Amino acid sequence: MKLGRITGKVWATAKDPKLIGLTLYVMQPVDEYDAPLGPEIIAVDTVGSREGDLVYWVGGAEATFPMRERQIPSDATIVGLVDRLDIQADGMA
Amino acid sequence: MELGRVEGSIVSTAKAGRLKGYKLLLVNLIGPDTKPSNNYVVAVDAVGAGEGEVVIVVRGSSARQVDDLTNIPTDTSIVAIVDSIEHNGTTVFRKGA
Repeated sequence: MKLGRITGKVWATAKDPKLIGLTLYVMQPVDEYDAPLGPEIIAVDTVGSREGDLVYWVGGAEATFPMRERQIPSDATIVGLVDRLDIQADGMA
Repeated sequence: MELGRVEGSIVSTAKAGRLKGYKLLLVNLIGPDTKPSNNYVVAVDAVGAGEGEVVIVVRGSSARQVDDLTNIPTDTSIVAIVDSIEHNGTTVFRKGA
């Protein structure tokens, strides 16, 4: 999983039925110091995150799995909110 | 997923048997600013997207999670047509505006 910062939101009425009820966010993948890693992407939220939140997300085929009731057509799914991130003084995250 | 703008459609007679009956669109991958890029993909359309529309594209094996596309040889599918995008607190795209 990777860290990401939610920077925006996408509204889409016409979408795959499996995505109905799920929020689509613009997310900036970030490193452990909140610095951007690559381009912003669109991520599906499954945990009630909000804009500005630091989250962790799964990519690839695993992004289809987070919901118990169905698999979803997603390649980036937010699976948790970061309450706090402790980084050791020697730089080990 | 990524944002993209539909810039064309692919007409193809000789195609994989399992792709028959599916609409293939040429999509220019874009960021939240919706500015054109040099990055294009061919995507299977699952939502009835049309030329000029901003869409959401799913890549990899996740592209086959659309019900209709489970056994289709695709690694890029269009799963949503975007109405509007808000980025860093401002509305940066609104369909038809």
